[in-house]
Amino acid sequence: MFETGSDIVKTSTGRVLRSEEMIINMGPQHPSTHGVLRLELVVDGEIVVDVIPQLGYLHRCFEKHSEAMNNYQQVIPYCDRLDYLASMNMDWAYALTAEKLLYLQVPERVEYIRVIMAELQRIASHLVALGTYGLDIGAFTPFLYMFRDRELILDLFEMTCGARLLYNYIWVGGVSHDLPPTFIEKTREFCKYCKPQITEYNNLLTYNEIFIKRTANVGVLPVDVAVSYACSGPMLRGSGVDFDLRRDDPYGIYNRFQWDVCVGKGEVGTVGDCWDRYIVRMREMEQSVRIIEQALEQIPDGDVMSAIPKRIRPNAGDCYVRTESPRGEIGFYLVSDGSGTPYRVKARSPAFVNLSVCPEICRGYMIADVVAILGSIDIVLGEVDR
Amino acid sequence: MDQILKSFLDNEILVYTIMAFVPLLWIVPYALFAVYLERKVSAHMQDRLGPMYTGGWHGWAQTIADILKLIQKEDIVPAAADKKLHLLAPYVVFIGSYAAFATIPFSSAYIGSNINIGLFYIIAVSSVVVAGLLMAGWSSNNKWSLFGAMRSAAQIISYEIPTAIAILVVVMIAGSLNLQEINQQQSGWFWNWFVFKYPPFVLVAFLIYFVASLAETNRTPFDIPEAESELVAGYHTEYSGMKFALFFLAEYANMFAVSAIAATLFFGGWNSPFGDFLGGPIWGVFWFLSKGMFFIFLQMWLRWTLPRLRVDQLMYVSWKVLIPWAFACVVGVGLWTLL
Amino acid sequence: MTPQEIIEKLKSKFVETITDTKVEGVVDPFVKVKPESMKEVALFLRDDADLQFDFLMCLSGVDLGKGNLGVVYNLYSMNKKHKITIKVEVSRDKAEIPSVESVWRTANWHEREAYDLVGITFTGHPDLRRILLPTDWEGHPLRKDYKVPEFYQGMKVPY
Repeated sequence: MFETGSDIVKTSTGRVLRSEEMIINMGPQHPSTHGVLRLELVVDGEIVVDVIPQLGYLHRCFEKHSEAMNNYQQVIPYCDRLDYLASMNMDWAYALTAEKLLYLQVPERVEYIRVIMAELQRIASHLVALGTYGLDIGAFTPFLYMFRDRELILDLFEMTCGARLLYNYIWVGGVSHDLPPTFIEKTREFCKYCKPQITEYNNLLTYNEIFIKRTANVGVLPVDVAVSYACSGPMLRGSGVDFDLRRDDPYGIYNRFQWDVCVGKGEVGTVGDCWDRYIVRMREMEQSVRIIEQALEQIPDGDVMSAIPKRIRPNAGDCYVRTESPRGEIGFYLVSDGSGTPYRVKARSPAFVNLSVCPEICRGYMIADVVAILGSIDIVLGEVDR
Repeated sequence: MDQILKSFLDNEILVYTIMAFVPLLWIVPYALFAVYLERKVSAHMQDRLGPMYTGGWHGWAQTIADILKLIQKEDIVPAAADKKLHLLAPYVVFIGSYAAFATIPFSSAYIGSNINIGLFYIIAVSSVVVAGLLMAGWSSNNKWSLFGAMRSAAQIISYEIPTAIAILVVVMIAGSLNLQEINQQQSGWFWNWFVFKYPPFVLVAFLIYFVASLAETNRTPFDIPEAESELVAGYHTEYSGMKFALFFLAEYANMFAVSAIAATLFFGGWNSPFGDFLGGPIWGVFWFLSKGMFFIFLQMWLRWTLPRLRVDQLMYVSWKVLIPWAFACVVGVGLWTLL
Repeated sequence: MTPQEIIEKLKSKFVETITDTKVEGVVDPFVKVKPESMKEVALFLRDDADLQFDFLMCLSGVDLGKGNLGVVYNLYSMNKKHKITIKVEVSRDKAEIPSVESVWRTANWHEREAYDLVGITFTGHPDLRRILLPTDWEGHPLRKDYKVPEFYQGMKVPY
């Protein structure tokens, strides 16, 4: 990467450095890159001139592996490992895509279970995102409070399918197990518990003066840039775009529930800054609780698996289906050649796409702000590198 | 105390050597305890228990185990490091913070050196730490360490100014730079403490001093030089084993030094809050240490509550907020004493 | 607009370049475009007042077999709320497609990924490097005839 024996230093993109600039590698072992991301920072003192993300340290050949599976169902455990903080959402997105290729309608109860699981997972994922964001800014305590509460959600998942992180629960055509008998009651308890906790986080972190100082007006993402870079999820909503796939490109049964799409309004700074992205996540948790409560009221009895053959063979064709994961638009592009093996699986991961905007919004800020911006993008490297 | 020692030993050098080691007898166990306390305080603030298994009852021996580990650990010097500076830096840092203890009165009977310019000496000698930090950062030959060192140099130098001005307020009231004398002036009940004098000027000066001292000891919200989420560990990234432990010890010694100065200047030092009740040199040690530990607890409390500022915001706080207010206090107290 | 209308509009503008369209019988209606004119089509799709495809949802490189590689563009319009899929097919020997990075910035990384994994060259891309695999990796793993190398820099690859 660096030319030795000459005074000219180039970045990996071939940019020649001026004499006052230097390259500094943030990652792949760095506490704030949330995994094994490497950011090649070109800095002038503390000011960041350019950011060049280097990916691939966690590349596990998801797409290649999927093509080697001899059953569509076998891809699901790999989907779990894409975004390991939101495995339910990943599974659901993949299952939906396969069901779309099969023109399959899943039973009513499955739809409800999936919504409940996805929204619980959204809360769990946002708790990690917000907690680690506090950690990036230097506040340690909210992180542990949020992990404490995330445990309760993981307990619910463990009760349902035995796993706490990688569930393999949502399958093509249904879910692997029915809900355990006490699940609904326990989830209601959790919803009741969760609401005052959110107020506590707000008091502890959100409206902390230093926290606002660090995040407001930092990493402002204008709407046109966000759309051009196809940002999605809280990243896009933080920029003030009222767009949520659950409402605007509905899938599942989200149109049956009453809830609001949260957007950034620039309450403490500019629209689209880090604080807006943060608060969108915080408010989405409340909305997720609302959705879960309604779903728990309405959930019917019935089968949890549709009658499909063990080895499914969709007709030859392709489709792209997208759903709203905690990080944004998770889409699967699936090509079938009529056999039981997926011909091509492409995961359009939200973190990958959201991260690509990072250089654009980091330039001109300080190193500490890069940490704040990266945290507010909320990347999961499992999903970026696939 | 030096008089008593001199009466048994007729060798003056031996007496002063013993005198010099007395604070160390406090600092090392204190640092062990403070690390333990930090863990427990943070744990209980965060809904956890902290160390519970290693070392018996509530993990009391955890920090001793840590020290044993640090002693055994391989001392790694990076191949590209400037070896001499790399070796020297932790000692310079520790000497800088330890030297400050020479003029801190632990009790009415014990002070390392009862010189007339005690306060001035402390301010001067604690600046040596900056040189050590810069040496550590530069010699590690690591860009992140260098960032940490540059940040901490900028930070400590900036924050010495509000600290010094806030101390000046006390000096103006006491009319002396001798810490023993400043203490004696605050004897009697707790309302004689300087912090309650000329309200609210001295109180504000105390707050300024406290905030600035957080920055001088690199504690949250000013822990920018070693911000773990940005610089991983700052200037001591490339240190391991006992050299790292020395940095650690210096940091905790520094924490106690600034807390002790706060206690001495504003809260009566070794004076009992209740007049002659539980007074005297022995109880004086108790009062002095408990006041110091109270401020250490405050520092920990803040650390586990607040996020971290950014470099430019840190400078802003020093130059545009603390220094003008500190000046206002100086002027306020000055006018009050004149009138 | 319905997919049919979008396709009609595209057909009227680009008579020559559209090789195939399909609405019925597929999940996502698509338009197949000649590779060399992909960029003009992309610009038209983005800038036309009726279409306004400003959101490139996904860009996937596919090995279609029979010596052909393909790229699939899934487009969405934030204002009009309609979707269309654009497909491009190139032969393996001359796998070159004009880059749409200047049209949708998100294509930058997607195209790098397609280059990396499928081996399609996007002409006019500002920074066409491998993205997920190491820079000195040989071959493009998502091609169907890809053979896993025995060694990579002295390390055994198959586990």
